[in-house]
Amino acid sequence: MALQSLDIAKRSATTTEPPQARKTLEVAKLIDVSKCIGCKACQVACMQWNDLRDEVGTCAGTYDNPRDMTDQSWTVMRYAEVETDRGLEWLIRKDGCMHCEDPGCLKACPAPGAIIKYTNGIVDFHQENCIGCGYCIAGCPFNVPRISKKDSKAYKCTLCSDRVAVGLEPACVKVCPTGCISFGSKADMQDLAEERVTELKERGFTNAGLYDPAGVGGTHVMYVLNHADQPTLYSGLPANPTIAPTVTLWKSIAKPLAMAGIAAAALGGLFHYVMKGPNEVSKEVEAEVEKELEAEK
Amino acid sequence: MIRDPNDLQRYTASERANHWVTGICFILLALSGLALFHPALFPLTMLFGGGVWTRILHPFVGVVMMLFFVVMFFRFQSLNRMTGTDWEWVKRAREMVNGDDHNMPIMGKYNGGQKLLFWFLGVAMVVLFASGIVIWRAYFSASFPIGVVRIGALLHAVFAALMIIAIIVHVYAAIWVRGTIRAMLYGTVTRAWAKQHHRAWYRQVTGK
Ligand code: HEM
Ligand code: SF4
Ligand code: SF4
Repeated sequence: MALQSLDIAKRSATTTEPPQARKTLEVAKLIDVSKCIGCKACQVACMQWNDLRDEVGTCAGTYDNPRDMTDQSWTVMRYAEVETDRGLEWLIRKDGCMHCEDPGCLKACPAPGAIIKYTNGIVDFHQENCIGCGYCIAGCPFNVPRISKKDSKAYKCTLCSDRVAVGLEPACVKVCPTGCISFGSKADMQDLAEERVTELKERGFTNAGLYDPAGVGGTHVMYVLNHADQPTLYSGLPANPTIAPTVTLWKSIAKPLAMAGIAAAALGGLFHYVMKGPNEVSKEVEAEVEKELEAEK
Repeated sequence: MIRDPNDLQRYTASERANHWVTGICFILLALSGLALFHPALFPLTMLFGGGVWTRILHPFVGVVMMLFFVVMFFRFQSLNRMTGTDWEWVKRAREMVNGDDHNMPIMGKYNGGQKLLFWFLGVAMVVLFASGIVIWRAYFSASFPIGVVRIGALLHAVFAALMIIAIIVHVYAAIWVRGTIRAMLYGTVTRAWAKQHHRAWYRQVTGK
C-alpha cells in the first residue's frame, strides 16, 4: 500500500534517492517471548485488521495452526517443546517478518517500488508493483515472503504500516492480553528489553537476552529470549541471520560486472569494426576462384 | 531461389529455420531477462506487456529455445569436434583480429573459434535451463531448498550474461567477416568466401 505520509529510506530496484527529506522516528516492535501464553490473539487481530481469511487447515498434532505462514497468515505462532537444563520447556514464538534494517527481500527484488523500506524502519510490500517472481523469497534470511496462489503477488506482515502512519500501534500489539508485545521507538524498545532481560536473569534465566541480529543491521521486530544463546531452540530462529553470500554475489557483484561486460562486448565490436575495418575476401582469392571456374568450362 | 549457380550451399532451409527460431527466442529471452536484471533496464518490460507479463513469458520462451537448441546441437555437433589445427587457429586468433589472416591455418567448415563458441553455448544452455527451472517460482521453486534456489539465481544471472556476451561476439563475427550473414539468410556463400575463410571445406565441396 502506498503511504504518502511516510518517507522512504530504500526502494527496490531503484538506483536514485527515494523521497526522504522528512525525519521520522525509527520504530520497533518488541516481542517478549517469556510473557507469551500462546493464545493467538495476535494472529486473529492480524487477520481482522488486514482482512485476511486463511483456509481452515488440519491439525497435525501440535498447536501450530496454520502450520506455516501463507499469503493469508502473515504471523503464525510456533510452539516448540524442548529439554533445557531447566527441564521440559514450552517455547512459543510469534513468527513473521522481522523488518530488517538491511532487508534481503528488497535487495533481491527486481521490480521498482515493489518493496519499500520507510524511514521509520518498516519494510512494506507494494503489491501493485510486484511482478510475482519470488526473488524476495530467495533474498529473505527468515523465510517470510509468501506468493499468493490467487494473484501471484508477494505478501507478508506490514507491521501495520497503515496504522503506524496515523499514530496507532500495530493490531497485534493492541490485542495482546499479557503485554508480551510492545511498540514504540526502537531506542525505547531496546531500553524496555534491557529491563526485562535483567529481570529474567535475576529469576535464573542466565542466558536471557535481546534478539536484534547485527547480521541484517538489526531488526524492527525484536525478541526478548530467555535462551538468547540458542535462538534456534525457538522453532529454528536463525542464530546469525545475514543476507546469504550467494544473494550478495548475485545482486551486488555479478550484476554490475555483467552489465559492464555486456556493454564492453557491444562497444568493443563497434570500435573494432571502425578501427580495423571489415574482413573482406581478398582480390587474390577472388581471382584464383575466377581462374578455377574458367578452367572448368 | 538460385542466385549464382557457382555459389556453395552452406545451410539447408530447415537448418536456417532452426537457427532463426533459436535466435529469435534468444533475443526475446535476453531482452526480457535483462529487464529483470538491472533497474536501468526495467523499462524493457514494456516490450512484453509490463513486468508481470515479462515474468510469465520469459521461462516459456526459454523452454521453446531449449527444444530448438537441442535439435540444432545434434545437427551440428559432429562438425564441431576440436582438432589440433583448430587449437593452432585459436592460438593465432589474435593476429586475425588485428587484421592479418595470412598465417592462419586452413580451416574446414568451422574454425576453432566457432567450435569453441558452439561448445560454450551448449554448456550455457544446460546451465540456464536447469537454473531457470529452479528459479521458476510459479511451478518449481518450492520443490528446491532455498540454498539451491539462491545458487540457481546466481548461476542463471552469470550464465545469461556470459551467453549474451558470447552471442554479441558471434553476431559481430558474422558482420565483420563480409559475406557471412547470407549463409544464414538464404543458405549460400560465394566460392571466394569459402576459399578465403574455410579452405578445407571449399576443397571438400568443390573437389579443388
Ligand atoms: C533455457 C530456459 C530458460 C528458463 C526456463 C528460464 C527461466 C527463467 C526464470 C524463471 C527467471 C526468473 C524470472 C521469471 O520468473 O520470469 C529468469 C530470469 C532471467 N533469465 Fe532466464 N530462463 C531460460 C533461458 C534464459 C536465457 C537463454 C537467457 C539469456 C539470454 C536468460 C536470461 C535471463 C536473465 C538475464 C534473467 C534475470 C536474472 C536476474 O534477475 O538475475 N534466460 N529465467
Ligand atoms: S515477488 Fe517479491 S521480488 Fe518479485 S517483484 Fe514481487 S516483491 Fe519483488
Ligand atoms: S524478514 Fe525477510 S521479508 Fe522481512 S524485511 Fe527481513 S528480509 Fe524482508
